[in-house]
Amino acid sequence: MRDTLRIYGQEFNSRLLIGSALYPSPKCMQEAILASESEIVTVSLRRQNSQAAGDDFWQLIKDTGLTVLPNTAGCHSVQEVMTLAQMCREVFATDWIKLELIGDDYNLQPDPVALLEAAEQLLAEGFKVLPYCTDDLVICQRLAALGCEVIMPWAAPIGTGKGILNPYALQSIRERLPHVTLIVDAGLGVPSHACQAMELGADAVLLNSAIAGANDPVLMARAFANATLAGRQSYMAGPMAVKSTAVPSTPTLGMPVWHQFNE
Amino acid sequence: MQIFINDSAFEVPEKASAEQALVSFGATPPFALAVNGQFVAQGQYPQLMLQDGDRLDILAPIQGG
Repeated sequence: MRDTLRIYGQEFNSRLLIGSALYPSPKCMQEAILASESEIVTVSLRRQNSQAAGDDFWQLIKDTGLTVLPNTAGCHSVQEVMTLAQMCREVFATDWIKLELIGDDYNLQPDPVALLEAAEQLLAEGFKVLPYCTDDLVICQRLAALGCEVIMPWAAPIGTGKGILNPYALQSIRERLPHVTLIVDAGLGVPSHACQAMELGADAVLLNSAIAGANDPVLMARAFANATLAGRQSYMAGPMAVKSTAVPSTPTLGMPVWHQFNE
Repeated sequence: MQIFINDSAFEVPEKASAEQALVSFGATPPFALAVNGQFVAQGQYPQLMLQDGDRLDILAPIQGG
């Protein structure tokens, strides 16, 4: 049986979603996206101040042939989210939306209260909502209860690269919401962080800064692809039980007893 | 009359439609439009008559995380 990532009824082989921002060049962005083996890439909308400003970028993304996930980055109110989501749906021809609704500009922490209201309205408008949220179990439960089939808690604040600040919280979300597609989004810095998220039971990870900000984004994209797969395989394999005392791995039966003569 | 496109003042004839304003501005697809913070679907551009002081936002694809 194939082990696939499921998002609103669609199946994907890769468990790494990748962002398209912050790369040193458009060519590097395209190469890193392809090296990551991601099948889903995040995009956004901003003001068109010069003719065809976004056209080259959009053509590069279209050339990858990947599924696009538009975001509502930068929104601070439910109304802003609703307007931007509708604009995204028209431009990108998808009803998927990565819901971002910031409550604090210092750490770009999502506003948990407004997030619930926005998710409810978006779902009512027919969007397939992928909410970026904190690792608060109850907020995640409420989002799932509203009808979000995907939940995207942070590992740490966006762009920090700190890794998973609260593994217990993510593990609790996994255990309490076993049927929700859980994507750890934001704050991962190195491939071992992605591996850890997958070992905790995440269905996927979403990355941008950690790849785009590396000295060699293309190589780092490959490293994250490998780490994500390793973490998933580890989770599926089921790790050994941790013990408090040493247990020899080499059989002791048949061991010559020379050490008795040395005592 | 004066409207604002992406926060910059822009002159259009009285009773100009959203479509006329977009053509005058030189908006090129792909883009989406909001007027006074409300989404306007493509099919509504010809019918939507603008008012003095209306604020238009024309958004195009960019990189996102």
